Amino acid sequence: MIEVKNLVKTFRDGEAETKVLKGIDLRVHEGEFIAIMGRSGAGKSTLLYQMSLLDDPTSGEIIINGHNAHVMKSEEKTSFRLLNCGYVFQDYALLPELTSLENVVLPLLMQNLNKKEAYQKAKEALVKVNLSHRFDNLPSHLSGGEQQRVSIARAISSHPKILFADEPTANLDNESSSVIMDIFKELHKEGQTIIMVTHEQQYAELAQKIIKIDDGKIISVTKV
Amino acid sequence: MNFFLNAKIGFFLAIRQIRKASFWTTGLIVFVMIMTFLNLVVVSGILVGLIEGSIAAWHNQYTSDIMISNLETKDYIEDSPNIIAILKTLPEVQYVSPRFAKGGTLEANYRTKKETDKPNIASAQIIGINPEAEDQITGLSHHIAEGEYLTPTDYDKVILGQFLLAQYLPVESPGFTTLKDVGVGTKIRMKVNGISREVVVKGILKSKVDNVSMGMYMVDSQVRELISRQDNNVSQIAVKLKDGADVAAVKNQLLLRGVGKNAKVQTYIDAQPKFLKDIIATFAMLGNAISSIGLIVASVTIFIVIFINALTRRKFIGILKGIGINGKVIEMSYIFQSMFYAVLGSGVGLLVVYFVLVPLFLTYPIDFPFSDGILVAPLGETFIRVGLLIFTTLIAGYIPARMIVRKNTLDSILGRK
Repeated sequence: MIEVKNLVKTFRDGEAETKVLKGIDLRVHEGEFIAIMGRSGAGKSTLLYQMSLLDDPTSGEIIINGHNAHVMKSEEKTSFRLLNCGYVFQDYALLPELTSLENVVLPLLMQNLNKKEAYQKAKEALVKVNLSHRFDNLPSHLSGGEQQRVSIARAISSHPKILFADEPTANLDNESSSVIMDIFKELHKEGQTIIMVTHEQQYAELAQKIIKIDDGKIISVTKV
Repeated sequence: MNFFLNAKIGFFLAIRQIRKASFWTTGLIVFVMIMTFLNLVVVSGILVGLIEGSIAAWHNQYTSDIMISNLETKDYIEDSPNIIAILKTLPEVQYVSPRFAKGGTLEANYRTKKETDKPNIASAQIIGINPEAEDQITGLSHHIAEGEYLTPTDYDKVILGQFLLAQYLPVESPGFTTLKDVGVGTKIRMKVNGISREVVVKGILKSKVDNVSMGMYMVDSQVRELISRQDNNVSQIAVKLKDGADVAAVKNQLLLRGVGKNAKVQTYIDAQPKFLKDIIATFAMLGNAISSIGLIVASVTIFIVIFINALTRRKFIGILKGIGINGKVIEMSYIFQSMFYAVLGSGVGLLVVYFVLVPLFLTYPIDFPFSDGILVAPLGETFIRVGLLIFTTLIAGYIPARMIVRKNTLDSILGRK
């Protein structure tokens, strides 16, 4: 489903150059649940951003479902993300002026679904993450755990091929984190492909495969 | 199809952003737009209105709708009684005021003056009027600043225009003098056609029309006698038409009936002094120049507001792009927001102009030295300015949004430079 070949990402700051990814090769199959781990600065989030087409690699190839992301223009990538990818960010990344329901429905409306169908799907996604009572709440009126669940509902509402999650429990307490991970387990059971960055071993072990990164290179791939 | 989808979702986002925006911020932006709109419409409107006020005064207080005056070759209108008779047969004509006019001099303090004293003299146009007919046409009685207006039976009583008096026009030049120490009740000596006569000042007329303010008014029968016009031929005939009458058509009728042979027939527009027409054009240009600066200020204001808004929302713009929302949608949302500010500002501005300022200035004109200024805001021109303001605002809102949208998606989300 996703094939990463010799992926390199270098950051430049004036004359200084920092190579964060140093030639990553990786393959993720449909329906797999992958956890990417590593210490801070190892390059795990950078790898996720490249694979999810949120950033442009310095060199290398990313092939998703046969589409070479390397040749896509910025607008094509945006459109590709809309139709194929779901995102869960560490800080929830909800739009503050939109209610839970509006946050979830937005990408569905962008897919040109009719209004009724879009709202129906958004409601179903929110029900799935147990937020049927929070449709009309603004993010500022929700707890961190609830905001992250809205973020998950937004990510899964259009049934994306791949769900990318960047440390989804980093800002949450244990109880909320467990709820979030239960949702991920459930989604995986339903066949959802998930690629998650985490620094918490207990949550990484819920995945099928743990990929450890250090100094921009994959140092181990462990099947759980 | 994509355009409509982008517009629909852009509108969806814009509405929610406006709804959740701070009341004071929105209020301030709309206030700036109202001020800009007023700057666009009112500044040029008052500049033009200043002259329009002058033209209106010229029309209402001097020429009325049609002015018939003597030809260059004569100082009276030949066959005046016949012309007046023709005028009275026209159904469009409401009032007619014939005037006798002749240049003369006025002198004050002649009784107490020593031989060595400089004479207290002023040149004036001596105008003989039928007080009632003239008042129906020009409403002169409403412009009496001191004393009283003339009655048909007044004998040796006159009204002086303010510019003949030093206390109203304290200017003296070799070719222009005013009377000193003259007020209501003062006896002055007038000299016209070689004849001197002592008259009493009954009233002082205050008008911003020079031709009115530099005249001395007297009952017509006495002036006719002084200038020996026993044939009743007058120098001017001011004609007021009924409401809705076509001034040009009446002028043409008069010309067709031969009035043009003995007199100059002019509509109030023809009779406007050329300098007024030139000043209108000059002020309109000046107004447009000031409006253009106002438009630039508005554009810069909106640019800054939208740029700061987009900059502070850069993370959310990144998130929108990240979850697959097209950059065009985000740009559209800012265009709609700009449009909201421009339309609301212009809408309130229109209400202020047409329901507050225009009626206010009509009731209480601005007291400019040479005109009672009104606010001129023709609807067509105002809407062109509204269109310009909205268009400029949309561009000013689009550019900063586009600048932020073009930034790297991940950099925006993470707040990286």
